[in-house]
Amino acid sequence: MKFSESWLRSFVDPACSGHEFSHLLTMAGLEVEAEETVAPRFDQVVVAQVLSVDKHPGADRLNVCRVDVGSGEPLQIVCGAPNAAVGIKVPCALPGAELPGGFRIKVAKVRGVESSGMLCSARELGIAEDAAGLLLLAADAPVGEDIRRHLDLDDRLLTLKLTPNRADCLSLEGVAREVAALTGTPARFTEVAEVEVTLTTERAVVLDAPAACPCYCGRVIAGVDGTAATPAWMRRRLERSGLRPISALVDITNYVMLELGQPLHAFDNSRLHGAIHARMAQAGETISLLNEQTLTLQPDILLISDAQRPVAMAGIMGDEASGITPATTEVFLESAFFAPAAIAGRARRYGFVSDASHRFERGVDFAGTRRALERATRLVIDICGGQAGPVSEASASLPARQPVRLRPARVAKVLGLPLTAERIGELFTRLALPFSRDGQDFVVTPPSYRFDIEIEEDLIEEIARLHGYENIPSAAPQAVLTMLPQTEQARPLARVRQILADCGYQEVVNFAFVEEAWEADFAGNAQLIRLANPIASHLSVMRSSLIGGLVANVATNLKRRQNRVRVFETGRCFFRDPQGGPVAGFHQPWKLTALAYGTALPEQWGGAARQVDFFDLKGDLETLLAPLVARFEKAEHPALHPGRCARVLVAGKGIGFVGELHPQWQQKYELPLPAVLFELDLEALTTATLPHYAEVSRQPIVIRDMALVVDQALELQQLIDALSANRPTIVRDVRLFDVYAGRGVEAGKKSLAFRIVMQDTQKTLLEVEVEAAMQQMVAYLEDTFAAQLRV
Amino acid sequence: MHNFDEIVHAASAAFAATDDPDALEQIKATYLGRNGRVTELLKGLAKLPPDERKTAGAAINRSKDAVEAALNARREALRQMALAARLAEEALDVTLPGRGQARGGLHPVTRTLERIEGLFRSIGFDVADGPEIEADFQNFTALNTPADHPARSMHDTFYLQDTAGGVAEGVLLRTHTSPIQVRYMQAHVARYADRKKMPEIRVIAPGRVYRVDSDATHSPMFHQVEGLWIGEQVSFADLKGVIGDFLRRFFESDDLQVRFRPSFFPFTEPSAEIDMAFMSGALKGRWLEIAGCGMVHPNVLRHVNIDPEQYIGFAFGMGPDRLTMLRYGVNDLRLFYDGDLRFLRQFV
Repeated sequence: MKFSESWLRSFVDPACSGHEFSHLLTMAGLEVEAEETVAPRFDQVVVAQVLSVDKHPGADRLNVCRVDVGSGEPLQIVCGAPNAAVGIKVPCALPGAELPGGFRIKVAKVRGVESSGMLCSARELGIAEDAAGLLLLAADAPVGEDIRRHLDLDDRLLTLKLTPNRADCLSLEGVAREVAALTGTPARFTEVAEVEVTLTTERAVVLDAPAACPCYCGRVIAGVDGTAATPAWMRRRLERSGLRPISALVDITNYVMLELGQPLHAFDNSRLHGAIHARMAQAGETISLLNEQTLTLQPDILLISDAQRPVAMAGIMGDEASGITPATTEVFLESAFFAPAAIAGRARRYGFVSDASHRFERGVDFAGTRRALERATRLVIDICGGQAGPVSEASASLPARQPVRLRPARVAKVLGLPLTAERIGELFTRLALPFSRDGQDFVVTPPSYRFDIEIEEDLIEEIARLHGYENIPSAAPQAVLTMLPQTEQARPLARVRQILADCGYQEVVNFAFVEEAWEADFAGNAQLIRLANPIASHLSVMRSSLIGGLVANVATNLKRRQNRVRVFETGRCFFRDPQGGPVAGFHQPWKLTALAYGTALPEQWGGAARQVDFFDLKGDLETLLAPLVARFEKAEHPALHPGRCARVLVAGKGIGFVGELHPQWQQKYELPLPAVLFELDLEALTTATLPHYAEVSRQPIVIRDMALVVDQALELQQLIDALSANRPTIVRDVRLFDVYAGRGVEAGKKSLAFRIVMQDTQKTLLEVEVEAAMQQMVAYLEDTFAAQLRV
Repeated sequence: MHNFDEIVHAASAAFAATDDPDALEQIKATYLGRNGRVTELLKGLAKLPPDERKTAGAAINRSKDAVEAALNARREALRQMALAARLAEEALDVTLPGRGQARGGLHPVTRTLERIEGLFRSIGFDVADGPEIEADFQNFTALNTPADHPARSMHDTFYLQDTAGGVAEGVLLRTHTSPIQVRYMQAHVARYADRKKMPEIRVIAPGRVYRVDSDATHSPMFHQVEGLWIGEQVSFADLKGVIGDFLRRFFESDDLQVRFRPSFFPFTEPSAEIDMAFMSGALKGRWLEIAGCGMVHPNVLRHVNIDPEQYIGFAFGMGPDRLTMLRYGVNDLRLFYDGDLRFLRQFV
């Protein structure tokens, strides 16, 4: 809601001004979003009349004008404007004037002719872009009057960011009413008298949908001049409210809407046929609107139609064919109340809003319908001429205003501030909220222009607002102290993140909507969850994996010459799932994904640089999981290299994957080197078990090494599993410490070196027992895997 | 007697003359070995008359002790020399950089969220989470914002396609963290259904939220932290107290002003917008929007079967992205979602 402060002050003129005034509105909940001045600073510019125009003797394009500035003696001014002409009234900067930008006017010679001032264009005064010629003023402009006063250039433009509950402030009168309540300065509203009816022409109105349109007033005004000019004062107020003047008839409807808050519509009466009906649309009916859109209507759209066809989407916009044109000589003026529920969301559904729909869906004063019609009629007759017919009014049951009870004790409880009944009564009075008393309680009947007062809390807010939120104390709350549970059976997400950070990964946050290709490439997901209204096509699909975002992070960082990238993200991923979680149809688990690219360690001295590989990531993953111990099994994943990918299992359950990015994606996403990553279900990482003490054996341990040559293809895990299932009881641990293939080992084979830890729980081991255990293991492995002891 | 002193002197001199531990041991042999000079003197004792033996023996033993002392002193000196030489040889350029993995870091907004959680935990707030694809009911309807309510246009909502390519009914990307309020209250009420009085609800809910908006000051995905306190005596004055306290603790400064101004949210009444201004620094005196808040609307409480006459409370929703920007002087919201390591590493 944008408006001119001086227009507002024609209704209520409190002592405070400028920022103080804006602050007052803001702190009352009418946030002043923007304050603008109409004109920059300048002074000593007055209304002047050009008395004569003569060619400059020394310059073809210049004229020498004699100008009356109201000071008695005319001034001689050299002027280059093409529209300089005898008799026009224009702004004149007097000698000594300071124009915008600090430009000073002095008496000076222009090409040898003395010039005592400057005739100004709108642009030179900083009030418009128009620099084509002198700013022409009205013929009746008083010569000598200060131009700032004449054009009301000290006015300010205020833009309010109104919340949806304050429809009552979508008009100058509404804001004035609010200002009066805030400041105690009385407001003077426009006196509206009934216009004399001098015409018998009438058009019947019928309410076919009385719940949606409980009140409709209309009247014919005949003999109007559709080409009449909008008066300057009205143009100025409309322009300063951000509305473009169109024609006097249309401008009048807009003006009354801004002034009183009642949207009006003017039809060309000659284009209407028969009675006006307010009815619901039939499915499939179409309408071509004034904004040149043609819409196919749904049955919950309220229409204004004549006997033949729809002529307006009620409360939203009129149709093109019945609109006002310069040729219009008869208007049918509509002022109606449409129920908010019948208008709400309808225009938005078709992708637009109008000033009318904005007001009707929030609530328009249903007691002001007739007054607005009379006000507009008066203005039409005054500006466009014509004669008014009688008002056709149809009405059904208007919204009820249920009394709302307010208990002063409840005010104290909600606000934490006791207010006396006197104070509450005073605040209601200032707000013009009519009330009665019932014992301690106040019973308030909300006025017809308020659509936001239905319950006690609504009244408490009104009281608090007017009393001033800043006058409510800040309290240190009091509560019963009980400790919050703090489980050790779960590991906080913060801890998980910190471990990864400590392992050298930087946390990132990527958008949850991604490129469609990522879902195919990195997740093999065909059950896409698409956004119906994405902001961009590359942000159109909900992710089911965090991998794409991290790969993109590498690519963008490489462009910024960051050649070593280690990143991780935790976030929800999204899957279609008929079972679903708390929201039916969707499974939304948290995942954690880490990716490393570039050298295993930051560039440093004292060691050869090495590219990060599968086992680096696997190591970080094991650090992250500890004390949980994962198993890894060869697996395939759409994002990963088929030979370098493992499923991660904890307690037999798959919790994610680790592997090298598939070379195909490495190439497609323009990574010069392989990236390695893991993606895990976060839930598996945030579970924890309580440590449980087991007695430490006091017996000495014995360590033996053993190197075995086995087939290259044999997976270590097979061997370890078999060994653990069949190991001698004294063997506590079998640890791989070397893998070797090459000279000295037969081709197609590899040598695995193990460290065997043995211990008896009861006694010191004898050498013979140790030897027997070693031999038992070797024999078993020779049998099972054709392993050979390497000597 | 003189002879004995002379031997001690000679031995001491001989020990001192060598820097080599092996040579020292050989020299030792020439004095204390089987045929060493001191050993020879002891052997000579037998030839002395018995009355001289005692004094001569004592003198020889003193000399032997003296030689051994000189030897041990020299041994120790040589050990020290050897250690000093080794230490000198082992000296490093300690200014060379350390080796190993570099530490990564948390996202700046994560830092902020962890601090917010910590501060609110310190006055007994639980931390909750909720789905990001949210039901229309929890995101709007249960929050007193029925379909077609004009307040819905305050939120530019992302909707999903159904499998047939139309707009999916009843689901959306949550536009705020407020639906977690609803879910948390529902769970709380169910948990304490058998009690006459339920314990207070004190909870914050941080998370990512989504709105169709993208420019220098808006990201289509951003963070919010919802807060909720429901009890039997919780007032707007308490809300002011908690928020003011939080902001001063969060910014570790008493040098800031907080103001509450009337606003509108369908799920709170009265409602307020919270602005904050620093009293010094680059942003001195500028009011900055920090959060929306208010007393929980009775309809919201009724929706989750809480009697608004018995229980009352406040809710707030604040923007941790904004708080992070103010805290660390970040001037462009988009940096948070760009993954630029040069930016992110500053928060390690």
